[in-house]
Amino acid sequence: MAELHVELVAADRKVWSGEASLVVARTSSGDIGVMPGHQPLLGVLKPGPVTIRTTGESGGGTVVAAVHGGFISFADNKLSLLAEIAELSEEIDVQRAERALERAQSEADAAAERRAEIRLRAALASAR
Amino acid sequence: MGAQVRIYKRRIRSVSATKKITKAMEMISASRIVKAQRQVAASTPYAEELTRAVAAVATGSDTQHPLTTETEKPTRAAVLLVTSDRGLAGGYSANAIKAADRLTERLRAEGKEVDSYIIGRKGVAYYGFRDRKIAQSWTGFTDRPSYADAKAVSGPLIEAVRRDTAEGGVDELHIVFTEFVSMMTQNPVEKRMLPLSLDEVTRQVEKQERIRPLYDFEPSAEEVLDALLPRYVESRIYNALLQSAASEHAARRRAMKSATDNAEDLIKSLTRLANQARQADITQEISEIVGGASALADASAGSD
Repeated sequence: MAELHVELVAADRKVWSGEASLVVARTSSGDIGVMPGHQPLLGVLKPGPVTIRTTGESGGGTVVAAVHGGFISFADNKLSLLAEIAELSEEIDVQRAERALERAQSEADAAAERRAEIRLRAALASAR
Repeated sequence: MGAQVRIYKRRIRSVSATKKITKAMEMISASRIVKAQRQVAASTPYAEELTRAVAAVATGSDTQHPLTTETEKPTRAAVLLVTSDRGLAGGYSANAIKAADRLTERLRAEGKEVDSYIIGRKGVAYYGFRDRKIAQSWTGFTDRPSYADAKAVSGPLIEAVRRDTAEGGVDELHIVFTEFVSMMTQNPVEKRMLPLSLDEVTRQVEKQERIRPLYDFEPSAEEVLDALLPRYVESRIYNALLQSAASEHAARRRAMKSATDNAEDLIKSLTRLANQARQADITQEISEIVGGASALADASAGSD
């Protein structure tokens, strides 16, 4: 099966890299799914979960990451996801995110509320 | 014990206490350099991908953007100076400040007004003491900058570049920071950050790969560029902050190493002097006893 190479990088570290068969991300004009052989693409990401269907020695699996804004770029079967902040779903502490969400809601901190929500959505998406 | 010896002993004690402190600081800085270098390495993938993306937009379309267009007659420039929060780092902050002064003078000679933006307590103190105007300053993170710090710094700067010059905006942004070449060498450098020359970015990438594919832009090339360029500037500033932090630690390590060496030399020479003084005391005592004994012997011989 055809594969594409995915690099998920945050500003201060490389979060995940590996082979995948499909990557679904949300750009500012809607969700986009990238499969191997896609046309070269450069898009602006909206904050939200990114789903990576992995391939490789360990067989198929799904990696979900919370991406807080950034870019998606695809060329030569190489896909890079750039984000200032990016976290894998297993790195997210659900309880902590829930607490952060409550706190943000009570303090009416829109930015923090959005960040916590994205984390929770990513954590839920991978749990399903 | 003679008074001289006591004074020497006291000075040796105080110098060795200082030596212990400088030695500890040297070792702390040495370990922090490694950490700072690791941070630089960790941020490289992001910076590289971002540079590649900017180059892709630059070659894939001929969009214009306020951050890339040169003003015909620039009248005001912003200078971002990166210094340290703490001292005891040799000439680290002083060299960066000197480089910024030279740049400021050159810009003034070209007929531009200069707005100073400063990072680090040392730079703020220098400008404050000389009553120079600071447009904005940030302190508290120079030895360990995070990406959020770089974002906090670049926000107002990008804002200033976008604003019209007549309304207090600037036409150019220069940055002065200390480049980390190696453990032994760190150079203060000045770079023009904005307006960004897209050709230069493209050239940088083309060194590595030749063919650029034609990209599909989502939603449009203008919007992608609009989102990309501020991130690109942030990542350049982040890189400058990280390099400055590594340089600061390297400079401090070197300064503390020479302080430790000097303390060792000082202890050695003071020990010699103390020994000499002790020997002189002993010699004097002996000659006094001998002199006293022979005087007694003479006196008793005379009485016979």
